[in-house]
Amino acid sequence: MSVNIDSMYQQIILDHYKHPNHRGELADFDAEVHHVNPTCGDEVTLRVRVADGEIADLGWTGEGCSISQASTSVMSDLVVGSSVTDALQLQEKFLQLMQSQGHNDLTEDETEALEDAIAFEGVSKYPARVKCALLGWMAMKSAVASATGAGDKP
Amino acid sequence: MFDVEVIRKDFPILSRQVHGVPLVYLDSANTSQKPQVVLDSLTDYYTSHNANVARAVHTLGSEATMLFEGARDKVAGFINAPRRDEVIFTKNSSEALNLVAYTLSNATSTPGAERFRVGPGDNIVVTEMEHHSNIVPWQLLAQRTGAEFRYIPIDDEGRLVDSLIDERVDDRTKVLAFVHQSNALGTVNNVERLVTRAKAVGALSVIDASQSAPHRPLDVQSLGADFVAFTGHKLYGPTGVGVLWGRYELLADLPPFLGGGEMIETVDMSGTTFAAPPHRFEAGTPMIAEAVGLGTAIDYLTAIGMDQVQAHEAQLTAYALDALAQVPALRVIGPSTPVDRGATISFTIKGIHPHDVSQLLDEQGIAVRAGHHCARPVCLRYGIPATTRASFGIYTTTSEIDALVAGVIKVQEMFS
Ligand SMILES: Cc1ncc(COP(=O)(O)O)c(C=O)c1O
Repeated sequence: MSVNIDSMYQQIILDHYKHPNHRGELADFDAEVHHVNPTCGDEVTLRVRVADGEIADLGWTGEGCSISQASTSVMSDLVVGSSVTDALQLQEKFLQLMQSQGHNDLTEDETEALEDAIAFEGVSKYPARVKCALLGWMAMKSAVASATGAGDKP
Repeated sequence: MFDVEVIRKDFPILSRQVHGVPLVYLDSANTSQKPQVVLDSLTDYYTSHNANVARAVHTLGSEATMLFEGARDKVAGFINAPRRDEVIFTKNSSEALNLVAYTLSNATSTPGAERFRVGPGDNIVVTEMEHHSNIVPWQLLAQRTGAEFRYIPIDDEGRLVDSLIDERVDDRTKVLAFVHQSNALGTVNNVERLVTRAKAVGALSVIDASQSAPHRPLDVQSLGADFVAFTGHKLYGPTGVGVLWGRYELLADLPPFLGGGEMIETVDMSGTTFAAPPHRFEAGTPMIAEAVGLGTAIDYLTAIGMDQVQAHEAQLTAYALDALAQVPALRVIGPSTPVDRGATISFTIKGIHPHDVSQLLDEQGIAVRAGHHCARPVCLRYGIPATTRASFGIYTTTSEIDALVAGVIKVQEMFS
């Protein structure tokens, strides 16, 4: 089936679903969170290690629909190695994109910064699925908050 | 002669397109589409007859009352009720089932209603395949009264475990409530078996006929239960109207459900006496137009013949089960043969979440439902988060089933 450009299911999404990145349990981590999306029964357990204001590593496990799993994979690629500030800024932009109801109003630079995550733009037209796309991003945000809020980790 | 192509022309929505392709509507178990005659009857009611019922003496008032009460007659005829005043209009099946559960707990403090009392030591039994609408009201009744809530489990094929019926339904059972046809599995339950058991132990039997009324002739006398509930919007009628049928001698002794206008006999500040059934259970201005619309839907179905509807759908079910069986990695959740099952087929596809399946089918114009279908215990039973469900109606064709199968295969190709 040729993927229609209006489809929610861009090739990038399918590729990440089939071959997710950063999937697995981190042995060495500062925080772990478990998030659930009741709409699809999606689940993700996510661990982060934060060092010198950077997301040094992130690993996740979970199951659910392709949107939730692919989005978590894309998010991981984007934030691992970036500063906590940048990661949280990106999270805000992605949230904004998901709340756009199909009308991306991000600037060109912001759109570019989202890289592969922009493939989820079509999801924003389906309110029922927005939570799927946000699952991993929300988990990352709260994991980072608890890792950094935990204060001076060795 | 039943001709599906002729029937389709009666449903204007079936000619619309979604995402640039013709709509294939396979979600009738969720809600059915409405024929033009039903839409016209709503317009006609509001255009020419609108007034409140049972209170206005003017011409419009009596026309509205006649239309509304006429709809009650049509429902009574449709389900072969012995008396028209056994037909109570509710807003849907959920309200109909709640009506029974709440009047039973209201009976706790009503003189003359002792035989309906439910309390500690008693139990209320449902099945594992119920819609939440036929679970939650009973769980709440159990909570209010201290009775025990129980269920009859289902097996791997989506049938009730017959050997456990007599154990779960015992001489302390006050209510046995069960679905006629499961909305999640398609299973058609053996009503006679269950009602006979309920009678043997002196329990009230309540049938949730939401998914059978639209698909097969329904005769409350031959079903033999005490209460039968169904909902108008699945029966080609409007939303906002449902039906509770109850045996008159029970309704006559049951206390009210909601209080308000129309349900009283006399009111003074020291107390109130209540109207006879069905009005005792219909507080306030009812869903007049919707009831009239439901009456029209019933006329429409009666003209086609419910036995014809049943035969058409039996053929669709057999066709679809065969066709879906050819799809690799597809598992039907529910009976795999057309025996004692209705035209609602749930399935899972290995490696692809039902929400992805249904969304991708939607992109091809095919409307199915994905989720737990308000029967979450069924999903828990089979250890799955959700299913994809295709459900058929009088206007469904075998080529729509072909489209479904082709659509599912396309989805699999995308994910492979
Ligand atoms: C078996 C069954 N019972 C009850 C209901 C509830 O119907 P309603 O939502 O119209 O009250 C439904 C439909 O959703 C159903 O399929």
